[in-house]
Amino acid sequence: MSYTGERLKIVVRNLNVYYGKTQALKDVSLDVQANKVTAVIGPSGCGKSTFIRTLNRMNDIIPGTRVEGKITLEGQDIYGNNVSAVEVRRRVGMVFQKSNPFPKSIFENVAYGLRINGLITRESGSLRERIEKALADAALWDEVKDRLNTSAFELSIGQQQRLCIARALAIEPEVILFDEPCSALDPIATAKIEDLLRDLKSKYTIVIVTHSMQQAARVSDLTGFFLLGEMVEYGLTSEIFSRPKDKRTEDYITGRFG
Amino acid sequence: MPRSYREWVIERLLIAAAMVSVVIIAFIIITIFRTGLPLIAEVGLFDFLFGMHWRPGHEIFGIFPMMIGTLLVTLLSMLISVPLGVLAAMFLAEVAPDVIRNILRPVIELLAGIPSVVYGFVGVIVLVPFIRTYFGPPGFSLLAGSIVLAIMALPIIITISEDAIHAVPKSYKEASFALGATHWQTIKNVILPAARSGILAGVVLGSGRAIGETMAAIMVLGNIPAIPDSVLDPIRTLTANVALEMGYAPHGPHRQALFATGIVLFVAISILVVISNRLRRGQQL
Repeated sequence: MSYTGERLKIVVRNLNVYYGKTQALKDVSLDVQANKVTAVIGPSGCGKSTFIRTLNRMNDIIPGTRVEGKITLEGQDIYGNNVSAVEVRRRVGMVFQKSNPFPKSIFENVAYGLRINGLITRESGSLRERIEKALADAALWDEVKDRLNTSAFELSIGQQQRLCIARALAIEPEVILFDEPCSALDPIATAKIEDLLRDLKSKYTIVIVTHSMQQAARVSDLTGFFLLGEMVEYGLTSEIFSRPKDKRTEDYITGRFG
Repeated sequence: MPRSYREWVIERLLIAAAMVSVVIIAFIIITIFRTGLPLIAEVGLFDFLFGMHWRPGHEIFGIFPMMIGTLLVTLLSMLISVPLGVLAAMFLAEVAPDVIRNILRPVIELLAGIPSVVYGFVGVIVLVPFIRTYFGPPGFSLLAGSIVLAIMALPIIITISEDAIHAVPKSYKEASFALGATHWQTIKNVILPAARSGILAGVVLGSGRAIGETMAAIMVLGNIPAIPDSVLDPIRTLTANVALEMGYAPHGPHRQALFATGIVLFVAISILVVISNRLRRGQQL
């Protein structure tokens, strides 16, 4: 389905994903709109994490994974022969379920992506400026500006997760994928990340996987409901949560299972 | 027999088994120190450690050339085995498909179990003549010993380094990939730094093996107790000194001096083991 007047960032068509002989995703087709938050919900094992990991080819590093179908980013087939996974991941960033800062300083965590991608040039401003900007965009700058050289592990879990967001923002991707980013966080840290998601969509396209329907309702513009590897329903979040078309969606959002 | 009683017996047996090894080690340490220390006291620690001449017939006991010999052969063998070993560990942990890893890893572990006399024998038959022919006589040399000891230290360095690289959390790797890093960038910038202390522990243990190795060293090093001018000169290590002369020194100061050599070796190895353990514990923090 598509919504006229909106710009499409990622187009997924007839996506099938297999881990060895098990099929994790069945014939998923979905459009991700630019500068919107798209939420993917569903019970554990429904394939929602598998789905977003296909969008930046993170499944490539799991041996035995097979991807069929077509995913385009700005019209370019990201599984095409002449496209490298490294380039796709440069453009499609990711924040993981468990915060995973490197065992390095706060500064070096954010600098990492800039350094490896050779993005530190004279015109782009100094490294320090870019790091300050990324940390500010992740709403972390004020809390860490006096201790940029301390280890990232000295931050609270919520701060570590925002550091991971800053790290992803620093290389200015086009899309950012969030794989259950708040599942290990307390309500206050969760609220901060949700505020952040709403701020970020003016500049980035966001896809978030969440096990919390309330979170999907709070932060997203569009929601896709996954069940047993299939996408049951996809539409405006307001409609999915108020007038679901499919009985299974209704059962899930009203808490009858999951 | 009641269960609690059986538990009690088993517990005591285990304690006894553990105590046996502790007692044996304590006994060895006491013997070495009790025999060796009086000679060091008589010659003087400084003259013993830094004396340039070893002439047991004249009761001149200076082990400096052999300390230098041990140091050189250890450093040189590490120079060969560390780059090779760490690269091999990186290959096994990060690049090799499971099929190849499952073949190579046991083979490398098997290398550690081959008796050192076999390594020494291959050194004498193949390496020494090669060096004599292509680099000049005598062939028995610091170079030959360094190569043989490097090969012997490789399995330790490879297996411990590979374990360390394997223990790096997968989440670091994912984070690096997700930022658009290539596999090599991820290895160089994230995985190796995170595994650094474990790799260093392997290097330290490997050098312990090189310092302590006796048989292979005797067979290829030439055993002249003098400071070498080049890598093609023969040297004698501390371990070789003890092994070569023990048979000719049934008693007296000569025998004591060999035990004193053992003290120096014991202290050196103890320091390396302590360093290695600290490094390995540091990695888990």
